[in-house]
Amino acid sequence: MSKALNKIKSTAVPLNIENVDTDQIIPARFLKATDREGFGKNLFRDWRFINDDENQPKQDFALNNKAYSGRILIAGKNFGCGSSREHAAWAIKDYGFDVVVSSFFADIFKNNALNNFLLPITVSENFLQKMFHAVEADPTTEIEVNLEKQTIAFGNDSETFEINSYKKTCLLNGFDDIDYLLNIKSEIEEFETLEKQS
Amino acid sequence: MSKTLFDKIWEKHIVRQIDGGPSVLYVDKHFIHEVTSPQAFNGLNKRGIRVFRPQQTVATADHNVPTLNQHLPIKEELSRKQVEALIKNCAEHGVELYGLGHPFQGIVHVIGPELGITQPGMTIVCGDSHTSTHGAFGCIAFGIGTSEVEMVLATQCLLQTKPKLMRINVEGELNKGVVSKDIVLYILSKISASGATGHAVEFAGSAIRSLSMEARMTICNMSIEMGARCGLVAPDETTFNYIKERKFAPQGEAWDKAMAHWKTLYSDGNAKFDKEIFLKAEDIEPMITYGTNPGMGIGVNDNIPTTETINETDRSGLSKSLAYMGLKEGTPIKGQKVDYVFIGSCTNSRIEDLRMVASFVKGKKKADDVEVWVVPGSKQVEKQAKEEGIDKVFEEAGFILRQPGCSACLGMNEDKIPSGKYCISTSNRNFEGRQGPGARTMLASPLTAAAAAITGKVVDVRELIESYEPETVINN
Repeated sequence: MSKALNKIKSTAVPLNIENVDTDQIIPARFLKATDREGFGKNLFRDWRFINDDENQPKQDFALNNKAYSGRILIAGKNFGCGSSREHAAWAIKDYGFDVVVSSFFADIFKNNALNNFLLPITVSENFLQKMFHAVEADPTTEIEVNLEKQTIAFGNDSETFEINSYKKTCLLNGFDDIDYLLNIKSEIEEFETLEKQS
Repeated sequence: MSKTLFDKIWEKHIVRQIDGGPSVLYVDKHFIHEVTSPQAFNGLNKRGIRVFRPQQTVATADHNVPTLNQHLPIKEELSRKQVEALIKNCAEHGVELYGLGHPFQGIVHVIGPELGITQPGMTIVCGDSHTSTHGAFGCIAFGIGTSEVEMVLATQCLLQTKPKLMRINVEGELNKGVVSKDIVLYILSKISASGATGHAVEFAGSAIRSLSMEARMTICNMSIEMGARCGLVAPDETTFNYIKERKFAPQGEAWDKAMAHWKTLYSDGNAKFDKEIFLKAEDIEPMITYGTNPGMGIGVNDNIPTTETINETDRSGLSKSLAYMGLKEGTPIKGQKVDYVFIGSCTNSRIEDLRMVASFVKGKKKADDVEVWVVPGSKQVEKQAKEEGIDKVFEEAGFILRQPGCSACLGMNEDKIPSGKYCISTSNRNFEGRQGPGARTMLASPLTAAAAAITGKVVDVRELIESYEPETVINN
């Protein structure tokens, strides 16, 4: 299956909370696995369930609200702060999201997301609030993301977003950073030799 | 052209600059642990490739290990498997492992410096956000995700975008009873938990210069809590004296050569920063957090903010935070009942932290209804504490001295704070559920934590200060 991303048109889940840290996205007690799969079921575990019980979902939490669905997660500013655990990006992707929209992302999370073909889109605070209102008022609101054109739109509103051209190429084509680095290994060896001489 | 400390190190490690994209950054030292490395090794194995420079990676088991009875097999199956995977991966790929039972085992950010592996001018990464700790030596040190761990194992390089630069200057003399943890909690309360996102932060000023290496590590450790990519302090005599003679420190001629380089590592007089902040040491009080991010801190004598008085960044989250914490806006934090005290974590588990606590606690007893866990940062810290009789002081006070690991900082092993209980913790994060589902964390310095252990509540340590030795905090 190709990992590549480009055009995504989907409804969204609004998580109208700021400073969502990676301990909330995936609590530490679920980090004991030695593979990358299956983290989605524990996404936002302690916000989703009462007393850690899957039979007792917290009704007021956005992911438990049946009205909301889709491949896009909208979240308040400073999303993904705290621990560097890539499991947070794995959990979001595994749950079924391909895009996270916020007005501000923590650095490590952003890198982790990009490395897992989960597109973090930074929008203005104003646009973010409009999106929250639109989706909360009408959960069937569709959001259109176009990575090639770097646009995100819903209804009559749209905004462009930043992404560096290298990463954009990776996401559009399904390329990994690690492939890139392995291809320049001789250059890395030359660098090491020069450093040793200096 | 004048350069910052960060620029000097960064430029020396660029292998290639991608047009319109990140830089290929060479990594000098890579630390790994059991939780964020197994998927990276799986990735290598799937590709059929070996670790490129195994001698530049060092492994330990810390995040998910028990802190009692470490000589016995790990009871919890998943945790045991994770530690076993680390042993197997390190053996197969020729990576040095300081695992359970090894005299060098400990929290990854404690052992790197204490073994002299961490040195000025290096680039250091680890699959752990508190890798920023090593920046105290004048390194570019930052946390990475597991895909990036795989990249470093495979190529000793990472693709990184250069961050913006910020300098935080703390000038003047610290008040009695105020230590490095209070400085960093104070900075956080001023700039918020996202105030340095996208930046590398250099900590400078006379108050920082006067700190010991371990105190500087506490500050750099929590630079990630401001959102910073990394934190740095320019190396000086304090740094060089700390490194000299350590196990992996350069020796003889190599030492002289290293020193010649290290002495060039400072920000030039008129180097430009994207942002600069100035704070006065004398404004800092013993600090404590009341909320659910590390930026939500106040002086112990202050009232918990109200929706009107709180800074804008934390306003929207205040009521959710306080509901979780069971605290009320506008009320004093002083006098708040404490159930648990945790002294440990990569922030405050070094020998100076334990000495500081012991010097304060000596001859005192913990409050009856408080449970106190002291978790040393490493086997070497544990050994030294025993040699100095610190273990006896703790025993007499009713504190439990456990074995090295990350422990209740993240509650990944069985060291969890029960739901609804209040814990004063010397660790770095007070997020919801961080120390266990429902646990209520208040971050503070080892001194404030020790005072809470004795009194059973949040107090101003300065009111009990007669037996505390400030020189153990601010040496040199």
